[in-house]
Amino acid sequence: MKKIKDTRKLKLIANKIRQDIIKSLTEAGSGHSAGPLGMADVLTALYFNVMEHDPKNPGWGKRDYFVLSNGHICPVLYATLANAGYFPEAELMTLRKLGSRLQGHPHRAALPGLETTSGPLGSGLSQAAGMAYGLRMDQRPNRVFCLTSDGEHNEGNIWEAVLFIAKNKLDNLTAILDRNYIQIDGNTEDVMPLDPVKEKYLAFNWNVIEIDGNNMEEILTALSPAKRLSGKPAMVIARNVPGKGVSFMENNYEWHGKPPTQEQAEIALAELEYWREKIVAGEEQ
Amino acid sequence: MTNKKMYLIDDLYGENIKQAPTRDGYGNGLVALGEADRNVVVLCADLTDSTRSKYFADKFPDRFIEIGVAEQNMVTVASGLAAVGKIPFVASYATFCPGRCWEQIRTTICYNDRNVKIAGAHAGISVGPDGATHQALEDIALMRALPNMVVVVPCDANEAKKATIAVGKIKKPAYVRFTREKTPLFTTEKTPFQLGKAEVYRDGKDVTIIACGSLVYQALLAAKELEKDGVEATVINCHTIKPLDGKTIMKAVRQTGAVVTVEEHQITGGLGGAVAEYLSENYPVPLKRVGVQDRFGESGAPDELLKKFGLTYTDIMESVKNALRLKNER
Ligand SMILES: Cc1ncc(C[n+]2csc(CCOP(=O)(O)OP(=O)(O)O)c2C)c(N)n1
Ligand SMILES: [Mg+2]
Repeated sequence: MKKIKDTRKLKLIANKIRQDIIKSLTEAGSGHSAGPLGMADVLTALYFNVMEHDPKNPGWGKRDYFVLSNGHICPVLYATLANAGYFPEAELMTLRKLGSRLQGHPHRAALPGLETTSGPLGSGLSQAAGMAYGLRMDQRPNRVFCLTSDGEHNEGNIWEAVLFIAKNKLDNLTAILDRNYIQIDGNTEDVMPLDPVKEKYLAFNWNVIEIDGNNMEEILTALSPAKRLSGKPAMVIARNVPGKGVSFMENNYEWHGKPPTQEQAEIALAELEYWREKIVAGEEQ
Repeated sequence: MTNKKMYLIDDLYGENIKQAPTRDGYGNGLVALGEADRNVVVLCADLTDSTRSKYFADKFPDRFIEIGVAEQNMVTVASGLAAVGKIPFVASYATFCPGRCWEQIRTTICYNDRNVKIAGAHAGISVGPDGATHQALEDIALMRALPNMVVVVPCDANEAKKATIAVGKIKKPAYVRFTREKTPLFTTEKTPFQLGKAEVYRDGKDVTIIACGSLVYQALLAAKELEKDGVEATVINCHTIKPLDGKTIMKAVRQTGAVVTVEEHQITGGLGGAVAEYLSENYPVPLKRVGVQDRFGESGAPDELLKKFGLTYTDIMESVKNALRLKNER
């Protein structure tokens, strides 16, 4: 797919994706709001600038792989795939409904463009590792990206993967940490503290880059080939605001796992529309 | 009568029958697969020697991946390898894999439809002195409940090699179960083996004994002894538990009208469970299950344990008599 370099255009796409997330979740009547809104900028960057991929040919052998480990934030992945042209945007309104390709948690076999099935937390990073390992065995240049969340780092399987990836120096793998400081039962540092997460990854021999995960310029820089270190896997810690763009959802863990009501959706869309105009006017950030 | 078309060894009941652990068959099967297909890769979780993954690791070090003691990581890394075209085989003790990583197998391999093969070593009570923690008695149940999973329990090291090669050639998740101890090598190169096809090793008209794993041999011993009492038993090697070969089972059971299942596993959820489910829906007949009776194992010598837990040929004979009593009371 042709890469978009203009950050203003990318920000507008992220805004559109956020609006689509709100609409599809409201129509679905269940699902997760905060995580998807927080990760809209990162997914926009990946699918519209960073990754090699072809929406018209999802199985293209030279594509980069995106593994969503924290599967519950799939509304953002679905909205991104639709906006990139993998399937009609109208289909976003079928989210979580009987017969839909947009399952409540992503199912690979249901929808072309998905690289794996996820939802049960903790197992995506290992799968990304297996992909990166296998690609390297065959000297294929494809990169593997894996989005993993902070709450998910409570899982032992994640740390097993962290050891394995460092041992094998999988520098064709870039992990991104959805660091939004919330999970279901509360703030991450109350439920199960993860900080200092940067130091943890450094100690595990990873190349660690910490960024504002809602800042398009910082995201693009962190994910660019220039930031890759030979022999080291990369962890991009993307600090971000859960619920980003919708004031009453921002930084509130209670918005982890529920959709807006019709009324709340209208307010949310109006706020996102306000931000869209700001981006158009070049006033945002 | 022993079925000649099965090409079992000539001196089937001889004193000096050769023995080997079925895990050897896994190792040999891996090497054969590795020679034939460069996409075959082998993963192990710090049990490379005892699972016989070592046979492959020594020959193809570039295609062997040491995972360390991390079974959840092993199966999920395997899922990722399969995603890019590899054919991964993973091995640990069955209590740990699939025991510890069942959900990862369910989601990232079965539901995700990834071509990963799982070898559960040291299954059954015959693991011996290591005790109950290391004696997998529930693994067939765990794997059999999963959609999309093939489940195979080979009866000796020769069949184990064939089973390993066979699962490597299908594009589906599969679980193959192996034992630690040496058991009789009673099948030969020529003995037929086809995934999903149960084989009738012995024909009889009174009762059908359906067995899997190394206890198939005990079932044959039981049938031989029963003959002396005038009981003619059919013995079926039901190596593939999923998909179950209902046709072969049905054909035999229609002739005999009574069934005994035999396995080194809990009586719930394994071969006995599968056969009971199938027959009660299609052709209900008296059925007895030889297996571990809803309890955990313990330390001991393998033969002592098989005796204590009721898994020898004399226990099978006992169950046959009970099944026949039920049949005659009808
Ligand atoms: C293995 C597993 N256990 C529990 C859950 C239920 N669950 C879904 S999301 C979640 C919180 C995870 O934290 P995080 O991804 O940081 O949440 P977010 O930032 O999106 O609010 C939990 C416990 C799950 N999906 N998988
Ligand atoms: Mg979080």
